[in-house]
Amino acid sequence: MASNAVPLKAVCTRDLYRGFAGRSVLSGIDINIAPGEFVALLGRSGSGKSTLLKALASLDHGVAGSGALHVPDNLSVVFQDARLLPWRNVLQNVTLGLTGADAAGRVILAEVGLQGRESAWPVELSGGEQQRVALARSLVREPELLLADEPFGALDALTRIRMHALLRELCVRRRPSVLLVTHDVDEAITLADRVLVLEDGRLIEDLTIDLGPERDHGTPRFGEIRRHLLARLGVGFH
Amino acid sequence: MTVLSTKTFIRTKPAQPQRRRRRLGPGPAIPFGLQLGPALLLILWAAGSGLGLIDPRILSAPWTVIATFGQLIADGRLQDHLGTSTLRAASGLAIGLVIGTVLAIVSGLSRFGEAIIDGPVQIKRAVPTLALIPLLMLWFGIGEQMKIITITLAVIVPIYIHTHNALRSIDARYVELAETLDLTRWAFLREVVLPGALPGFMLGLRFAVTLAWVSLVVVEQVNATSGLGYMIGLARTYGQTEVIIVGVVVYAVLGLMSDAAVRLVERRALSWRRTLSH
Ligand SMILES: Nc1ncnc2c1ncn2[C@@H]1O[C@H](COP(=O)(O)OP(=O)(O)O)[C@@H](O)[C@H]1O
Ligand SMILES: [Mg+2]
Repeated sequence: MASNAVPLKAVCTRDLYRGFAGRSVLSGIDINIAPGEFVALLGRSGSGKSTLLKALASLDHGVAGSGALHVPDNLSVVFQDARLLPWRNVLQNVTLGLTGADAAGRVILAEVGLQGRESAWPVELSGGEQQRVALARSLVREPELLLADEPFGALDALTRIRMHALLRELCVRRRPSVLLVTHDVDEAITLADRVLVLEDGRLIEDLTIDLGPERDHGTPRFGEIRRHLLARLGVGFH
Repeated sequence: MTVLSTKTFIRTKPAQPQRRRRRLGPGPAIPFGLQLGPALLLILWAAGSGLGLIDPRILSAPWTVIATFGQLIADGRLQDHLGTSTLRAASGLAIGLVIGTVLAIVSGLSRFGEAIIDGPVQIKRAVPTLALIPLLMLWFGIGEQMKIITITLAVIVPIYIHTHNALRSIDARYVELAETLDLTRWAFLREVVLPGALPGFMLGLRFAVTLAWVSLVVVEQVNATSGLGYMIGLARTYGQTEVIIVGVVVYAVLGLMSDAAVRLVERRALSWRRTLSH
Protein backbone atom coordinates (compact mmCIF):
# COMPACT_ATOMS: atom_id res chain seq x y z
CA MET A 1 0.00 0.00 0.00
CA ALA A 2 2.73 2.42 0.99
CA SER A 3 4.67 1.61 -2.15
CA ASN A 4 4.53 4.31 -4.77
CA ALA A 5 5.00 1.85 -7.62
CA VAL A 6 1.59 1.83 -9.28
CA PRO A 7 0.79 -1.74 -10.37
CA LEU A 8 -0.06 -1.89 -14.03
CA LYS A 9 -2.25 -4.91 -13.67
CA ALA A 10 -4.68 -5.86 -10.96
CA VAL A 11 -5.20 -9.29 -12.46
CA CYS A 12 -2.78 -11.22 -14.59
CA THR A 13 -3.02 -14.86 -15.59
CA ARG A 14 -0.73 -16.75 -17.93
CA ASP A 15 -1.61 -20.05 -19.54
CA LEU A 16 -4.08 -20.88 -16.82
CA TYR A 17 -5.35 -24.44 -16.86
CA ARG A 18 -8.06 -26.08 -14.77
CA GLY A 19 -9.52 -29.54 -15.16
CA PHE A 20 -11.95 -31.88 -13.46
CA ALA A 21 -11.18 -35.59 -13.45
CA GLY A 22 -8.76 -35.30 -16.34
CA ARG A 23 -11.23 -33.30 -18.44
CA SER A 24 -9.92 -29.86 -19.30
CA VAL A 25 -12.36 -27.08 -18.36
CA LEU A 26 -10.08 -24.05 -18.81
CA SER A 27 -6.96 -23.94 -20.90
CA GLY A 28 -4.51 -21.35 -22.08
CA ILE A 29 -6.30 -18.51 -20.29
CA ASP A 30 -4.37 -15.22 -20.43
CA ILE A 31 -6.21 -12.36 -18.77
CA ASN A 32 -5.02 -8.88 -17.85
CA ILE A 33 -7.21 -6.48 -15.94
CA ALA A 34 -5.98 -2.98 -15.21
CA PRO A 35 -6.66 -1.26 -11.87
CA GLY A 36 -10.15 0.23 -11.94
CA GLU A 37 -11.05 -1.56 -15.15
CA PHE A 38 -14.48 -3.17 -15.50
CA VAL A 39 -14.36 -6.41 -17.45
CA ALA A 40 -17.34 -8.61 -18.25
CA LEU A 41 -16.94 -12.30 -18.96
CA LEU A 42 -19.54 -13.79 -21.25
CA GLY A 43 -20.02 -17.42 -22.10
CA ARG A 44 -22.59 -20.07 -22.50
CA SER A 45 -23.61 -22.24 -19.59
CA GLY A 46 -20.87 -24.76 -18.90
CA SER A 47 -18.20 -22.79 -20.72
CA GLY A 48 -16.10 -22.50 -17.55
CA LYS A 49 -16.96 -19.00 -16.29
CA SER A 50 -17.51 -20.02 -12.67
CA THR A 51 -14.45 -22.23 -12.75
CA LEU A 52 -12.36 -19.25 -13.88
CA LEU A 53 -13.83 -16.98 -11.23
CA LYS A 54 -13.22 -19.54 -8.50
CA ALA A 55 -9.64 -19.93 -9.69
CA LEU A 56 -9.14 -16.17 -9.40
CA ALA A 57 -10.72 -16.18 -5.92
CA SER A 58 -8.60 -19.19 -4.84
CA LEU A 59 -11.78 -21.05 -4.01
CA ASP A 60 -10.95 -24.09 -6.11
CA HIS A 61 -9.39 -26.36 -3.51
CA GLY A 62 -8.41 -29.71 -4.89
CA VAL A 63 -9.02 -28.79 -8.53
CA ALA A 64 -6.22 -29.82 -10.86
CA GLY A 65 -4.57 -26.80 -12.36
CA SER A 66 -1.46 -25.06 -13.63
CA GLY A 67 -0.38 -21.68 -14.93
CA ALA A 68 0.57 -18.35 -13.40
CA LEU A 69 -1.98 -16.34 -11.48
CA HIS A 70 -1.59 -12.91 -10.00
CA VAL A 71 -4.47 -11.30 -8.13
CA PRO A 72 -4.56 -8.69 -5.35
CA ASP A 73 -4.86 -10.01 -1.80
CA ASN A 74 -7.74 -7.72 -1.17
CA LEU A 75 -10.46 -9.14 -3.36
CA SER A 76 -14.17 -9.64 -2.79
CA VAL A 77 -16.66 -12.04 -4.31
CA VAL A 78 -20.35 -11.52 -5.02
CA PHE A 79 -22.21 -14.74 -5.68
CA GLN A 80 -25.38 -15.33 -7.66
CA ASP A 81 -27.25 -15.92 -4.40
CA ALA A 82 -26.80 -13.10 -1.91
CA ARG A 83 -25.46 -15.63 0.59
CA LEU A 84 -26.36 -13.60 3.65
CA LEU A 85 -26.19 -15.33 7.01
CA PRO A 86 -29.87 -15.57 8.01
CA TRP A 87 -29.02 -15.32 11.72
CA ARG A 88 -27.18 -12.02 11.40
CA ASN A 89 -28.92 -8.73 10.66
CA VAL A 90 -28.14 -6.59 7.63
CA LEU A 91 -25.39 -4.51 9.23
CA GLN A 92 -23.77 -7.56 10.86
CA ASN A 93 -23.76 -9.29 7.49
CA VAL A 94 -22.06 -6.33 5.87
CA THR A 95 -19.35 -6.09 8.52
CA LEU A 96 -18.94 -9.85 8.91
CA GLY A 97 -15.43 -10.65 10.08
CA LEU A 98 -14.45 -6.98 10.44
CA THR A 99 -14.01 -5.13 13.70
CA GLY A 100 -14.89 -1.51 14.22
CA ALA A 101 -16.43 -1.28 10.76
CA ASP A 102 -19.95 -0.33 11.81
CA ALA A 103 -19.66 3.26 10.67
CA ALA A 104 -18.27 2.24 7.29
CA GLY A 105 -21.00 -0.39 7.07
CA ARG A 106 -23.71 2.21 7.62
CA VAL A 107 -22.20 4.47 4.99
CA ILE A 108 -22.07 1.76 2.36
CA LEU A 109 -25.58 0.60 3.23
CA ALA A 110 -26.79 4.13 2.61
CA GLU A 111 -24.92 4.11 -0.69
CA VAL A 112 -26.77 0.99 -1.83
CA GLY A 113 -30.05 2.56 -0.73
CA LEU A 114 -30.66 0.53 2.41
CA GLN A 115 -30.43 3.26 4.99
CA GLY A 116 -32.68 2.42 7.95
CA ARG A 117 -32.66 -1.31 7.22
CA GLU A 118 -29.48 -2.00 9.23
CA SER A 119 -31.19 -4.12 11.85
CA ALA A 120 -33.54 -6.01 9.51
CA TRP A 121 -33.13 -9.78 9.14
CA PRO A 122 -32.18 -11.05 5.67
CA VAL A 123 -35.52 -12.91 5.34
CA GLU A 124 -37.30 -9.57 5.57
CA LEU A 125 -35.62 -8.27 2.41
CA SER A 126 -36.57 -8.76 -1.24
CA GLY A 127 -34.17 -10.54 -3.59
CA GLY A 128 -32.85 -7.26 -4.95
CA GLU A 129 -32.33 -5.82 -1.48
CA GLN A 130 -30.48 -8.95 -0.38
CA GLN A 131 -28.18 -8.66 -3.36
CA ARG A 132 -27.56 -5.01 -2.49
CA VAL A 133 -26.51 -6.10 1.00
CA ALA A 134 -24.16 -8.63 -0.59
CA LEU A 135 -22.72 -5.85 -2.74
CA ALA A 136 -22.28 -3.67 0.34
CA ARG A 137 -20.57 -6.55 2.15
CA SER A 138 -18.07 -6.82 -0.70
CA LEU A 139 -17.46 -3.12 -1.12
CA VAL A 140 -17.06 -2.23 2.56
CA ARG A 141 -13.77 -4.14 2.41
CA GLU A 142 -12.60 -1.64 -0.25
CA PRO A 143 -11.43 -4.42 -2.54
CA GLU A 144 -8.92 -3.84 -5.29
CA LEU A 145 -10.71 -6.56 -7.24
CA LEU A 146 -14.41 -7.36 -7.25
CA LEU A 147 -15.35 -10.75 -8.65
CA ALA A 148 -19.03 -11.26 -9.35
CA ASP A 149 -20.55 -14.50 -10.63
CA GLU A 150 -23.88 -13.71 -12.31
CA PRO A 151 -24.83 -11.49 -9.38
CA PHE A 152 -28.08 -10.35 -10.97
CA GLY A 153 -29.01 -13.64 -12.57
CA ALA A 154 -31.75 -14.38 -10.06
CA LEU A 155 -33.35 -10.93 -10.16
CA ASP A 156 -36.30 -9.75 -12.22
CA ALA A 157 -35.62 -7.53 -15.23
CA LEU A 158 -36.63 -4.23 -13.61
CA THR A 159 -34.61 -4.84 -10.47
CA ARG A 160 -31.68 -5.86 -12.63
CA ILE A 161 -31.72 -2.54 -14.50
CA ARG A 162 -31.67 -0.66 -11.19
CA MET A 163 -28.82 -2.83 -9.95
CA HIS A 164 -26.84 -2.06 -13.11
CA ALA A 165 -27.10 1.65 -12.45
CA LEU A 166 -26.15 1.13 -8.82
CA LEU A 167 -23.15 -1.03 -9.62
CA ARG A 168 -21.86 1.47 -12.20
CA GLU A 169 -22.23 4.30 -9.73
CA LEU A 170 -20.45 2.39 -6.95
CA CYS A 171 -17.62 1.38 -9.25
CA VAL A 172 -17.12 4.91 -10.53
CA ARG A 173 -16.88 6.09 -6.94
CA ARG A 174 -14.72 3.32 -5.47
CA ARG A 175 -12.77 2.25 -8.53
CA PRO A 176 -12.15 -1.43 -7.91
CA SER A 177 -11.18 -3.64 -10.80
CA VAL A 178 -14.18 -5.74 -11.66
CA LEU A 179 -14.63 -9.10 -13.30
CA LEU A 180 -18.34 -9.62 -13.86
CA VAL A 181 -19.43 -13.05 -15.02
CA THR A 182 -22.70 -12.96 -16.90
CA HIS A 183 -24.62 -14.66 -19.65
CA ASP A 184 -26.55 -11.46 -20.42
CA VAL A 185 -25.00 -9.68 -23.41
CA ASP A 186 -26.81 -6.38 -22.76
CA GLU A 187 -25.65 -6.42 -19.16
CA ALA A 188 -22.06 -6.88 -20.32
CA ILE A 189 -22.24 -4.05 -22.86
CA THR A 190 -24.03 -1.71 -20.44
CA LEU A 191 -21.52 -2.12 -17.65
CA ALA A 192 -18.12 -3.10 -18.96
CA ASP A 193 -15.11 -1.33 -20.40
CA ARG A 194 -14.13 -4.59 -22.02
CA VAL A 195 -15.91 -7.87 -22.73
CA LEU A 196 -14.29 -11.31 -22.83
CA VAL A 197 -16.03 -14.32 -24.31
CA LEU A 198 -15.27 -17.80 -23.07
CA GLU A 199 -16.07 -20.84 -25.13
CA ASP A 200 -15.27 -24.39 -24.04
CA GLY A 201 -12.63 -23.15 -21.65
CA ARG A 202 -10.84 -20.84 -24.08
CA LEU A 203 -11.04 -17.10 -24.47
CA ILE A 204 -12.25 -16.43 -28.00
CA GLU A 205 -12.95 -12.70 -27.82
CA ASP A 206 -11.52 -9.64 -26.13
CA LEU A 207 -13.56 -6.62 -27.12
CA THR A 208 -13.12 -3.08 -25.83
CA ILE A 209 -16.51 -1.37 -25.62
CA ASP A 210 -16.06 1.94 -27.39
CA LEU A 211 -19.22 3.51 -26.07
CA GLY A 212 -19.21 6.54 -23.81
CA PRO A 213 -20.29 6.48 -20.19
CA GLU A 214 -23.92 6.79 -21.32
CA ARG A 215 -24.92 3.40 -22.66
CA ASP A 216 -28.16 3.75 -24.56
CA HIS A 217 -29.48 0.37 -25.70
CA GLY A 218 -31.13 2.04 -28.69
CA THR A 219 -28.03 3.40 -30.44
CA PRO A 220 -26.84 1.68 -33.63
CA ARG A 221 -23.38 1.07 -32.18
CA PHE A 222 -24.88 -0.73 -29.16
CA GLY A 223 -26.85 -2.95 -31.53
CA GLU A 224 -23.75 -3.63 -33.58
CA ILE A 225 -21.74 -4.71 -30.56
CA ARG A 226 -24.63 -6.82 -29.34
CA ARG A 227 -24.92 -8.60 -32.69
CA HIS A 228 -21.20 -9.20 -32.79
CA LEU A 229 -21.10 -10.68 -29.29
CA LEU A 230 -24.20 -12.78 -29.87
CA ALA A 231 -22.55 -14.17 -32.98
CA ARG A 232 -19.46 -15.03 -30.94
CA LEU A 233 -21.74 -16.83 -28.49
CA GLY A 234 -23.16 -18.81 -31.39
CA VAL A 235 -26.61 -17.25 -31.29
CA GLY A 236 -26.45 -15.82 -34.84
CA PHE A 237 -27.82 -12.65 -36.37
CA HIS A 238 -31.35 -11.39 -36.18
CA MET B 1 -80.73 -31.23 1.39
CA THR B 2 -79.05 -31.92 -1.90
CA VAL B 3 -81.65 -30.00 -3.90
CA LEU B 4 -81.47 -27.04 -1.54
CA SER B 5 -77.70 -26.78 -1.60
CA THR B 6 -77.67 -27.09 -5.37
CA LYS B 7 -80.16 -24.25 -5.64
CA THR B 8 -78.14 -22.12 -3.29
CA PHE B 9 -75.08 -22.86 -5.33
CA ILE B 10 -76.72 -21.80 -8.55
CA ARG B 11 -78.07 -18.62 -7.06
CA THR B 12 -74.88 -17.39 -5.37
CA LYS B 13 -72.47 -18.53 -8.06
CA PRO B 14 -73.28 -17.29 -11.55
CA ALA B 15 -71.83 -19.25 -14.44
CA GLN B 16 -68.47 -17.56 -14.35
CA PRO B 17 -65.12 -19.22 -14.56
CA GLN B 18 -64.28 -17.60 -11.24
CA ARG B 19 -63.46 -20.55 -9.05
CA ARG B 20 -62.13 -20.77 -5.59
CA ARG B 21 -58.99 -22.66 -4.79
CA ARG B 22 -59.54 -25.70 -2.68
CA ARG B 23 -57.99 -25.13 0.73
CA LEU B 24 -55.54 -27.92 1.50
CA GLY B 25 -54.33 -26.76 4.91
CA PRO B 26 -56.32 -27.63 8.04
CA GLY B 27 -57.91 -24.16 8.16
CA PRO B 28 -57.96 -21.56 10.93
CA ALA B 29 -57.46 -22.69 14.51
CA ILE B 30 -60.51 -23.24 16.71
CA PRO B 31 -60.46 -20.89 19.74
CA PHE B 32 -59.30 -22.84 22.81
CA GLY B 33 -59.08 -25.87 20.54
CA LEU B 34 -56.23 -27.40 22.49
CA GLN B 35 -58.15 -27.22 25.75
CA LEU B 36 -61.24 -28.88 24.26
CA GLY B 37 -60.09 -32.51 24.48
CA PRO B 38 -58.85 -32.35 28.09
CA ALA B 39 -62.00 -30.45 29.13
CA LEU B 40 -64.17 -33.16 27.61
CA LEU B 41 -62.24 -35.86 29.49
CA LEU B 42 -62.63 -33.88 32.71
CA ILE B 43 -66.41 -33.61 32.21
CA LEU B 44 -66.70 -37.35 31.54
CA TRP B 45 -64.63 -38.08 34.64
CA ALA B 46 -66.72 -35.77 36.85
CA ALA B 47 -69.99 -37.11 35.44
CA GLY B 48 -68.85 -40.72 35.87
CA SER B 49 -67.82 -40.12 39.48
CA GLY B 50 -70.91 -38.05 40.32
CA LEU B 51 -73.29 -40.65 38.93
CA GLY B 52 -71.43 -43.41 40.79
CA LEU B 53 -70.38 -45.11 37.53
CA ILE B 54 -66.67 -44.96 38.50
CA ASP B 55 -65.52 -46.96 41.52
CA PRO B 56 -63.44 -44.53 43.70
CA ARG B 57 -61.02 -47.39 44.47
CA ILE B 58 -60.16 -47.44 40.77
CA LEU B 59 -60.33 -43.73 40.06
CA SER B 60 -61.06 -41.10 42.70
CA ALA B 61 -63.51 -38.30 41.93
CA PRO B 62 -62.06 -34.99 40.69
CA TRP B 63 -63.13 -33.18 43.86
CA THR B 64 -61.40 -35.80 46.04
CA VAL B 65 -58.25 -35.25 44.02
CA ILE B 66 -58.53 -31.48 44.43
CA ALA B 67 -59.05 -31.84 48.19
CA THR B 68 -56.06 -34.15 48.44
CA PHE B 69 -54.03 -31.66 46.42
CA GLY B 70 -54.91 -28.91 48.90
CA GLN B 71 -54.07 -31.13 51.83
CA LEU B 72 -50.71 -32.20 50.37
CA ILE B 73 -49.81 -28.55 49.87
CA ALA B 74 -51.08 -27.54 53.31
CA ASP B 75 -48.83 -30.04 55.12
CA GLY B 76 -45.92 -29.21 52.77
CA ARG B 77 -45.39 -32.74 51.49
CA LEU B 78 -46.08 -31.92 47.84
CA GLN B 79 -43.66 -28.99 47.81
CA ASP B 80 -40.93 -31.12 49.41
CA HIS B 81 -41.31 -33.95 46.92
CA LEU B 82 -41.67 -31.57 44.01
CA GLY B 83 -38.54 -29.66 45.07
CA THR B 84 -36.49 -32.84 45.35
CA SER B 85 -37.68 -34.10 41.96
CA THR B 86 -37.17 -30.78 40.21
CA LEU B 87 -33.66 -30.50 41.61
CA ARG B 88 -32.82 -33.99 40.33
CA ALA B 89 -34.23 -33.35 36.87
CA ALA B 90 -32.64 -29.90 36.60
CA SER B 91 -29.20 -31.12 37.75
CA GLY B 92 -29.24 -34.05 35.36
CA LEU B 93 -30.44 -31.82 32.54
CA ALA B 94 -27.85 -29.14 33.18
CA ILE B 95 -24.93 -31.57 33.38
CA GLY B 96 -26.14 -33.57 30.40
CA LEU B 97 -26.61 -30.39 28.40
CA VAL B 98 -23.04 -29.28 28.95
CA ILE B 99 -21.54 -32.72 28.30
CA GLY B 100 -23.73 -33.38 25.25
CA THR B 101 -22.93 -29.99 23.72
CA VAL B 102 -19.20 -30.28 24.32
CA LEU B 103 -19.13 -33.82 22.87
CA ALA B 104 -21.12 -32.66 19.84
CA ILE B 105 -18.81 -29.72 19.20
CA VAL B 106 -15.63 -31.78 19.55
CA SER B 107 -17.03 -34.52 17.35
CA GLY B 108 -18.65 -32.12 14.90
CA LEU B 109 -15.57 -30.00 14.32
CA SER B 110 -12.83 -32.60 14.16
CA ARG B 111 -12.68 -35.93 12.37
CA PHE B 112 -10.50 -37.30 15.17
CA GLY B 113 -13.04 -36.30 17.80
CA GLU B 114 -15.79 -37.91 15.79
CA ALA B 115 -13.86 -41.16 15.50
CA ILE B 116 -13.51 -41.33 19.28
CA ILE B 117 -16.87 -39.96 20.44
CA ASP B 118 -19.51 -40.85 17.90
CA GLY B 119 -19.37 -44.64 18.38
CA PRO B 120 -19.91 -44.69 22.14
CA VAL B 121 -22.78 -42.18 21.94
CA GLN B 122 -24.47 -44.25 19.23
CA ILE B 123 -24.12 -47.34 21.45
CA LYS B 124 -25.55 -45.46 24.42
CA ARG B 125 -28.39 -44.36 22.17
CA ALA B 126 -29.26 -47.98 21.42
CA VAL B 127 -29.38 -48.96 25.12
CA PRO B 128 -32.54 -47.93 27.02
CA THR B 129 -31.80 -45.95 30.17
CA LEU B 130 -33.86 -48.39 32.19
CA ALA B 131 -31.49 -51.21 31.25
CA LEU B 132 -28.53 -49.30 32.70
CA ILE B 133 -30.09 -48.64 36.10
CA PRO B 134 -29.00 -51.92 37.75
CA LEU B 135 -25.42 -51.29 36.66
CA LEU B 136 -25.54 -47.66 37.79
CA MET B 137 -26.91 -48.78 41.17
CA LEU B 138 -24.01 -51.18 41.56
CA TRP B 139 -21.50 -48.48 40.71
CA PHE B 140 -22.99 -45.43 42.35
CA GLY B 141 -25.29 -46.83 45.04
CA ILE B 142 -28.90 -45.78 45.40
CA GLY B 143 -28.40 -42.16 46.39
CA GLU B 144 -28.82 -38.89 44.54
CA GLN B 145 -25.65 -39.45 42.53
CA MET B 146 -27.07 -42.49 40.76
CA LYS B 147 -30.31 -40.70 39.95
CA ILE B 148 -28.65 -37.63 38.52
CA ILE B 149 -26.20 -39.71 36.49
CA THR B 150 -29.07 -41.71 35.01
CA ILE B 151 -30.84 -38.53 33.93
CA THR B 152 -27.59 -37.05 32.63
CA LEU B 153 -26.88 -40.10 30.49
CA ALA B 154 -30.37 -39.96 29.03
CA VAL B 155 -30.12 -36.24 28.23
CA ILE B 156 -26.72 -36.41 26.55
CA VAL B 157 -28.02 -38.47 23.64
CA PRO B 158 -30.57 -36.13 21.98
CA ILE B 159 -28.42 -33.07 22.63
CA TYR B 160 -25.42 -34.75 21.05
CA ILE B 161 -27.27 -36.26 18.08
CA HIS B 162 -29.07 -33.09 17.01
CA THR B 163 -26.24 -30.65 17.66
CA HIS B 164 -23.69 -32.89 15.94
CA ASN B 165 -25.98 -33.34 12.95
CA ALA B 166 -26.57 -29.60 12.70
CA LEU B 167 -22.84 -28.85 12.91
CA ARG B 168 -22.13 -31.33 10.14
CA SER B 169 -24.80 -30.03 7.82
CA ILE B 170 -23.68 -26.40 7.70
CA ASP B 171 -24.27 -25.20 4.14
CA ALA B 172 -21.09 -25.47 2.05
CA ARG B 173 -21.97 -22.11 0.46
CA TYR B 174 -21.43 -20.42 3.82
CA VAL B 175 -18.05 -22.11 4.13
CA GLU B 176 -17.12 -20.68 0.73
CA LEU B 177 -18.37 -17.26 1.82
CA ALA B 178 -16.30 -17.41 5.00
CA GLU B 179 -13.22 -18.24 2.92
CA THR B 180 -13.73 -15.28 0.59
CA LEU B 181 -14.16 -12.99 3.59
CA ASP B 182 -10.94 -14.34 5.11
CA LEU B 183 -12.66 -15.18 8.39
CA THR B 184 -10.41 -16.56 11.08
CA ARG B 185 -11.19 -20.04 12.34
CA TRP B 186 -12.67 -18.57 15.51
CA ALA B 187 -14.77 -15.99 13.65
CA PHE B 188 -15.99 -18.76 11.35
CA LEU B 189 -17.10 -20.78 14.39
CA ARG B 190 -18.72 -17.82 16.10
CA GLU B 191 -20.45 -16.30 13.09
CA VAL B 192 -21.30 -19.28 10.94
CA VAL B 193 -20.99 -22.68 12.56
CA LEU B 194 -22.43 -22.19 16.04
CA PRO B 195 -25.41 -19.96 15.07
CA GLY B 196 -26.08 -22.29 12.16
CA ALA B 197 -26.20 -25.26 14.53
CA LEU B 198 -28.46 -23.50 17.04
CA PRO B 199 -31.76 -24.75 15.54
CA GLY B 200 -30.47 -28.32 15.81
CA PHE B 201 -29.36 -27.76 19.38
CA MET B 202 -32.79 -26.34 20.25
CA LEU B 203 -34.51 -29.38 18.79
CA GLY B 204 -32.22 -31.58 20.86
CA LEU B 205 -33.00 -29.48 23.91
CA ARG B 206 -36.72 -30.07 23.55
CA PHE B 207 -36.21 -33.82 23.41
CA ALA B 208 -33.76 -33.59 26.29
CA VAL B 209 -36.18 -31.78 28.59
CA THR B 210 -38.89 -34.36 27.98
CA LEU B 211 -36.38 -37.18 28.50
CA ALA B 212 -35.18 -35.63 31.77
CA TRP B 213 -38.70 -35.88 33.23
CA VAL B 214 -39.27 -39.37 31.86
CA SER B 215 -35.97 -40.60 33.30
CA LEU B 216 -36.82 -38.94 36.59
CA VAL B 217 -40.06 -40.91 36.82
CA VAL B 218 -38.28 -44.15 36.01
CA VAL B 219 -35.45 -43.61 38.45
CA GLU B 220 -37.74 -42.48 41.27
CA GLN B 221 -40.03 -45.47 40.85
CA VAL B 222 -37.10 -47.86 40.98
CA ASN B 223 -35.61 -46.62 44.17
CA ALA B 224 -36.21 -43.46 46.16
CA THR B 225 -37.14 -42.21 49.62
CA SER B 226 -38.31 -38.80 48.45
CA GLY B 227 -39.59 -37.14 45.32
CA LEU B 228 -42.78 -37.34 43.30
CA GLY B 229 -42.08 -40.91 42.20
CA TYR B 230 -41.67 -41.98 45.81
CA MET B 231 -44.91 -40.23 46.76
CA ILE B 232 -46.74 -42.07 43.98
CA GLY B 233 -45.16 -45.41 44.87
CA LEU B 234 -46.14 -45.02 48.52
CA ALA B 235 -49.70 -44.10 47.56
CA ARG B 236 -49.92 -47.24 45.46
CA THR B 237 -49.09 -49.46 48.42
CA TYR B 238 -51.87 -47.77 50.42
CA GLY B 239 -54.30 -47.75 47.49
CA GLN B 240 -54.66 -43.93 47.50
CA THR B 241 -55.62 -43.29 43.88
CA GLU B 242 -56.21 -39.61 44.61
CA VAL B 243 -52.55 -39.10 45.58
CA ILE B 244 -51.41 -41.05 42.53
CA ILE B 245 -53.50 -38.79 40.33
CA VAL B 246 -52.14 -35.66 42.01
CA GLY B 247 -48.64 -36.96 41.23
CA VAL B 248 -49.49 -37.74 37.62
CA VAL B 249 -51.09 -34.33 37.10
CA VAL B 250 -48.04 -32.61 38.58
CA TYR B 251 -45.79 -34.59 36.21
CA ALA B 252 -47.97 -33.54 33.28
CA VAL B 253 -47.93 -29.87 34.30
CA LEU B 254 -44.14 -29.95 34.77
CA GLY B 255 -43.69 -31.54 31.36
CA LEU B 256 -45.94 -29.03 29.62
CA MET B 257 -44.43 -26.05 31.42
CA SER B 258 -40.86 -26.98 30.67
CA ASP B 259 -41.70 -27.62 27.02
CA ALA B 260 -43.34 -24.20 26.83
CA ALA B 261 -40.26 -22.66 28.44
CA VAL B 262 -37.96 -24.27 25.89
CA ARG B 263 -40.20 -23.10 23.06
CA LEU B 264 -40.04 -19.59 24.43
CA VAL B 265 -36.23 -19.71 24.58
CA GLU B 266 -36.24 -21.13 21.06
CA ARG B 267 -38.41 -18.32 19.72
CA ARG B 268 -36.11 -15.77 21.28
CA ALA B 269 -32.90 -17.39 20.12
CA LEU B 270 -34.14 -18.08 16.61
CA SER B 271 -36.07 -14.87 16.07
CA TRP B 272 -34.35 -14.44 12.71
CA ARG B 273 -36.26 -17.46 11.42
CA ARG B 274 -39.85 -16.73 12.19
CA THR B 275 -40.16 -13.09 11.20
CA LEU B 276 -41.93 -13.78 7.93
CA SER B 277 -43.57 -17.05 8.87
CA HIS B 278 -46.40 -15.24 10.63
N1 LIG C 1 -16.86 -29.52 -9.10
C1 LIG C 1 -16.91 -29.96 -10.38
N2 LIG C 1 -16.65 -31.24 -10.66
C2 LIG C 1 -16.67 -31.68 -11.94
N3 LIG C 1 -16.95 -30.92 -12.99
C3 LIG C 1 -17.21 -29.62 -12.77
C4 LIG C 1 -17.22 -29.07 -11.45
N4 LIG C 1 -17.52 -27.75 -11.53
C5 LIG C 1 -17.70 -27.50 -12.85
N5 LIG C 1 -17.51 -28.60 -13.59
C6 LIG C 1 -17.61 -28.69 -15.06
O1 LIG C 1 -16.84 -27.67 -15.62
C7 LIG C 1 -17.51 -27.10 -16.71
C8 LIG C 1 -17.60 -25.60 -16.52
O2 LIG C 1 -18.43 -25.33 -15.42
P1 LIG C 1 -18.70 -23.86 -14.89
O3 LIG C 1 -17.40 -23.18 -14.72
O4 LIG C 1 -19.57 -23.95 -13.72
O5 LIG C 1 -19.49 -23.23 -16.12
P2 LIG C 1 -20.30 -21.87 -16.22
O6 LIG C 1 -20.13 -21.14 -14.93
O7 LIG C 1 -19.72 -21.16 -17.37
O8 LIG C 1 -21.71 -22.25 -16.49
C9 LIG C 1 -18.85 -27.77 -16.83
O9 LIG C 1 -18.79 -28.72 -17.85
C10 LIG C 1 -19.03 -28.43 -15.51
O10 LIG C 1 -19.74 -29.62 -15.69
MG1 LIG D 1 -21.61 -20.53 -13.46
